[in-house]
Amino acid sequence: MSYPGMKDLKLKESVIFERSREGRRGYSLPEEDLKGAENILPAELRRTDLDLPELSEVDVVRHYTRLSTYNYSLDHGFYPLGSCTMKYNPKINEKLVRNPQFTELHPETPAPYAQGTLKIMFEMQRMLAEIGGFAACTLNPSAGAHGEYTGIGIIRSYFDKIGDKKRKKIIIPDSAHGTNPASCALNGFEVVVLQSDEHGKVNLETLKSLLTDEVAGIMLTNPNTLGVFESDILAITKMVHDAGGLVYGDGANMNALLGVARPGDMGIDVLHYNLHKTFSTPHGGGGPGAGPVGVCEKLVEFLPNPFVVLKDGLYTFNDSDNSMGRVRSFYGNMGVTLKAFIYILEYGKEHLGETAKNAVLNANYIKACLRDYYHLKYKSDTLHEVVFDDSEMPNHITTMDIAKALIDRGYHPPTVYFPLIVHGALMIEPTESESKETLDEFIEAMIDIAETAKTNPENILNAPLNTAVSRPDETLAARKPVLKWQRGE
Amino acid sequence: MRYLPITDKERKEMLDKIGVKSVDDLFSPLPQNVLLKKELNIPSAKSEPELEKMMDELGKKNSGANMLSFLGGGCYKHHCPALVDQMISRSEFYTSYTPYQPEVSQGTLQAIFEFQTMIANLFKMDVANASMYDGATAAAEAVLMSHKIQTKRHKVLIASTVNPQYIQTVRTYTGFVVDSIELLEMDAATGCVAEKELEKIDEDTICVVFQYPNYFGMIENIRRISAVTHEKGALLIPVITETTALGILAAPGDIDADIAVGDGQALGIPVNFGGPGVGLFTCKEKYMRKMPGRLIGQTVDKNGNRCFVLTLSAREQHIKREKATSNICSNQGLMATAASIYLATMGKEGMKEVALMNLKRADYLKNKIEKETPCKVAFKGSNYNEFTILTPGCACCVLKALAEKGILGGIHAKKYYPELENAVIVNTTEIHSYEELDKFVAALKEVTGGAK
Repeated sequence: MSYPGMKDLKLKESVIFERSREGRRGYSLPEEDLKGAENILPAELRRTDLDLPELSEVDVVRHYTRLSTYNYSLDHGFYPLGSCTMKYNPKINEKLVRNPQFTELHPETPAPYAQGTLKIMFEMQRMLAEIGGFAACTLNPSAGAHGEYTGIGIIRSYFDKIGDKKRKKIIIPDSAHGTNPASCALNGFEVVVLQSDEHGKVNLETLKSLLTDEVAGIMLTNPNTLGVFESDILAITKMVHDAGGLVYGDGANMNALLGVARPGDMGIDVLHYNLHKTFSTPHGGGGPGAGPVGVCEKLVEFLPNPFVVLKDGLYTFNDSDNSMGRVRSFYGNMGVTLKAFIYILEYGKEHLGETAKNAVLNANYIKACLRDYYHLKYKSDTLHEVVFDDSEMPNHITTMDIAKALIDRGYHPPTVYFPLIVHGALMIEPTESESKETLDEFIEAMIDIAETAKTNPENILNAPLNTAVSRPDETLAARKPVLKWQRGE
Repeated sequence: MRYLPITDKERKEMLDKIGVKSVDDLFSPLPQNVLLKKELNIPSAKSEPELEKMMDELGKKNSGANMLSFLGGGCYKHHCPALVDQMISRSEFYTSYTPYQPEVSQGTLQAIFEFQTMIANLFKMDVANASMYDGATAAAEAVLMSHKIQTKRHKVLIASTVNPQYIQTVRTYTGFVVDSIELLEMDAATGCVAEKELEKIDEDTICVVFQYPNYFGMIENIRRISAVTHEKGALLIPVITETTALGILAAPGDIDADIAVGDGQALGIPVNFGGPGVGLFTCKEKYMRKMPGRLIGQTVDKNGNRCFVLTLSAREQHIKREKATSNICSNQGLMATAASIYLATMGKEGMKEVALMNLKRADYLKNKIEKETPCKVAFKGSNYNEFTILTPGCACCVLKALAEKGILGGIHAKKYYPELENAVIVNTTEIHSYEELDKFVAALKEVTGGAK
């Protein structure tokens, strides 16, 4: 068939190289005689071939427009991916950061000619420190995991400076994100796993048994990945501090506390934010994000270089001699930071706390409405998210099947099979962006799945039925990796 | 607040269902003494028109954005075809997340699979990953990866002509992991790694990291570095920060690179004060399973249709935790998509054409500066779109005087190389007209005290 097949208004689209036609062009550059220009370079430095497609502008636009329709996005509908905080991405942010006065500013521009952006950076360093209860904040890290890397690097630099060479271990609860242990390993720390107790929390006795003079600190997500707040937080941070350690806060779940309480006030020494979670910047299909890190007073000198200071009325960059070093080129994902800046100012001091309050309300409403239909392993009170599981599902229906059945019902599935301490976890985070009727419709879909699982399990086991692609063979993909398009397929 | 849809009436209904009296009750697990009692010290809420006005005013303070700029140094102003931003502004791309559920993420998955293909082809390497944060972190991860491959070796060699911010980032990431990091110093005449320095490459060398075109714009003796590196069994890691150069320059694959990294900002992404760009990471197939970062692979679904999924995730943190190849758990998805759209739009002819336009402009500007001003070209050899000049007297004063005339004349190399007191790194791309290049030379002539 040569005509485009149609399903749900989606047009079939090949891999872009398959659209290529020799001699076609899609670009526009000034006319210029370039004959012989290549001879400026000696022949041995030149390449002889370049395998890229040849396309018209229309080809490219149709290709990417069609591909875009294969995505379910936040602007399509409810996207309750737990721990990812898929809140609405305000359009005004997108518009304002495209101002060429920001996009066309080169990072090596001398400070006097870049005062607008430098002022925003200075203000963001200050506001993010204030929101988290910290002394200072760096904007350099480019993502949450990069923030973790940076924060743990700051802890490493601190112990190096005070000459405490023994502290090579970091305690991490078993409910933590995989990035936590990986970020510690990348910094040369050994990970000590703390088993959560029957409430899904850190048990003080367990913690006590792990705290030695070899422990550099603990990495804590609070509320944790079950959405459970560590009520003993003040005792935890005190115990760790008394044992000579530092407390790292993973800010992945900061949306539960935003404007309501501050990690710094609870004794957290270092914390990374995820601007793409808590501060509404879009996730972009996987990035770019930004992971600023806030620190308490005694860790300020170890922040990565550079940071922005105000000196004699001029915003400019400065370095610290005791810095952990540079963690990337230039100063972070400024385009992302700008969006978060606008977001904070739109809420302002009057409204910022309403985000957390509505997010927690929404999550608890879903929990209340679904707890009779789905199993809850941990019964503790929760804040911004709730973790159900598949342990009471009939007919061998698993979490994966429930996720796929949700797709048929018009939703992006929740986070699945995480946290690892809940077998078959279904982690739902609605955020504050959703209206009650959106939540009610989702609840209805979840109840429908629970009922259908009993009466017509095939409908769930074969899901998704309404998508062009269904249950890709992931084993095949890993066994015989095809990581780039090859001619002649 | 316009982004908060729950009405007071609905809130009441929801609280009733939950079985609590107020929203504050939901926060009862928090110790009461940590609840914020006072307003945060941040500004008051602003409406949309007020936000527009504020950002407009702040933007005006970035006067550098409007100046005639010759700044490069790892971030390049190229023409960005209009369709790139139009396409990545589709909210199906920018408001979705990691393609965890392939049935509803084929758009992102296919776009990134194509990105991997285009980057692998541009670099002429076997495989490219789904991207890293930026070029500097890609270089750091490449060194860490080579350290895991070359377990019996102890020394990392990195050319001093690599972008200094990349060197600093590599030091941060690997300084406490590898036994030693040594620099390959440059030859003062060529601005490239000195031939004698290649003697440092030995049987204990893990990898050799170098950049071409290098920080001074010069193209290293790439085939010679490759030969010596491989002769000693070390891994060859070229870094490309100006990716459009690969429209004309020999690719990392042409010099038998083992791992090749770079930054894709030059591929249709605005300078944006240094981020977001997109880190590029490629390697030989035999090292594929040691790579950091996400990978998209082709497969079939249950009905036999071609489709794409996240793959080889057994390397990654969510499975391997502290034993993962890296802690990275995202990529620069939207920026990778932008770079792909750019490459698809330019195509193989456009990439060559852009590269030649850059090459020709830099050659023109370099010769004209040498001929018509008292400045000298600092180094002998080949360059792409960036080169280094020596000003007579204080370079700082020259750059200041140029800035007063609305020209950002280049990067003062002294910032990172104290011995290069009067060296300025100058970049030009296809966005400059020849009239603008002439204007720059005339201004430079004026501020450096007239004709040669």
